[in-house]
Amino acid sequence: MKPAAFSYHRPETISDALALLAEHGDVGKIIAGGQSLVPSMNFRLARPETLIDMNAIAEIAGIEDRGDTLVIGAMTRHAAFHTPVCDGPTGAMLTRVVGNIAHYPIRQRGTFGGSLCHADPASEWCLVAATFDAAMEIHGQDGMREVGAADFFKGTFTTAVGGDELLARIHLPKLPEGWGTGFYEFSRRRGDFALAMAVAALKVEGGKIADARLGVGAVAAHGLRLETLEQALTGQPATEETIAEVAAQVPGLVKPSGDIHGSAEYRRDLAQAVVRRALNAALADCAVPA
Amino acid sequence: MTETTTVTFTLNGEERSLTLEPRQNLADTIRDTCGLTGTHVGCEHGVCGACTVLMDGKAVRSCLTFAVQAQGAEIETVESLADGDTLHPLQQAFWELHGLQCGFCTPGFLMLAAGALRENPDMSDDEMRDLLSSNLCRCTGYQNIVKAARQAAEVMRGERAEA
Repeated sequence: MKPAAFSYHRPETISDALALLAEHGDVGKIIAGGQSLVPSMNFRLARPETLIDMNAIAEIAGIEDRGDTLVIGAMTRHAAFHTPVCDGPTGAMLTRVVGNIAHYPIRQRGTFGGSLCHADPASEWCLVAATFDAAMEIHGQDGMREVGAADFFKGTFTTAVGGDELLARIHLPKLPEGWGTGFYEFSRRRGDFALAMAVAALKVEGGKIADARLGVGAVAAHGLRLETLEQALTGQPATEETIAEVAAQVPGLVKPSGDIHGSAEYRRDLAQAVVRRALNAALADCAVPA
Repeated sequence: MTETTTVTFTLNGEERSLTLEPRQNLADTIRDTCGLTGTHVGCEHGVCGACTVLMDGKAVRSCLTFAVQAQGAEIETVESLADGDTLHPLQQAFWELHGLQCGFCTPGFLMLAAGALRENPDMSDDEMRDLLSSNLCRCTGYQNIVKAARQAAEVMRGERAEA
């Protein structure tokens, strides 16, 4: 249970980190919070020869509220979201989500950007990024590019970030005032990886759903935004009956694989349940006076 | 020859400058290199929490942090809790309410609660239970751990006199 030997670098700027990545190529690995990487190194599932530590790069830590967008530095710890990072529905939503990420000590060290780059199918932040169409700011030797969530997540543990690139910031569009949000996750024990989870946001006007955002996670290679169901919700009465009808379509839209924690059939059913509960929570949140 | 590097951090208020392999984790460094064996090593992959210490005031898994990453950091371990012969309110409560059986997980639970209460002294009962779910007690003595942490929080808030 001890990792293989590696050399260690602690750059203080993005450009120094990129130079190190270029120098060490395939044998170099970025470490952010290390809460997934270090266990896999301890098990020797991962044996990087060089670790490039992002923890001293101040320019990619912290959150900037740009009004309509939240710019989240990749090295922002999960724990930063324990209290709302901004006013309005998005700040409240992130606070609802964060308590489901592992446990308190893991959240003190693990990072938003690290979660996105690790791209675990059960990652809460990956689901949030996919559902609310975050843009990822990726830096490389040739400059900076922004990649939308739809193109960022390539599959289980796979993203658009190249071996010589790093994720610097996440640009998360904020929900305007008046939206309600909900999150629901099911796992066997508190803090375990999700077997299924869903995040939802609703805007209700005159008793009808005026707009919707909906995503489901841990039942596919990566978090899925369910745009067809967002459209199905829009214009319908803002009731639990509408939500139940729309959620009933979820099993036909996801293809989870079965494993020791549950069969594929069970997980399809679970996906429907978490979507319904997240939407109901969002609906209840709409009713709360701001 | 294996590559070594130098790291300097503060351990319970005392500056330590060490030369070690980058792969050496903070838990082993505290125990084997610095000789403070109060911090326990259980699972070595972040699940059990026996190795929990405070790093710059935050409760973290020392098995998931390499010692070299502690450069410039302030590390606090269970040895820092008591003031001479006077136990910390958490230690006192664990003692009074039988918050430990074999004791292996105890330093981790103490540092977990110490870090979290420093951040949020007014933690609700639900928040406390959720917090304590972070660590494992293989004797399954959770009820008394919850009671002890709750009592200590009351003492630390000044709502309850120390016994």
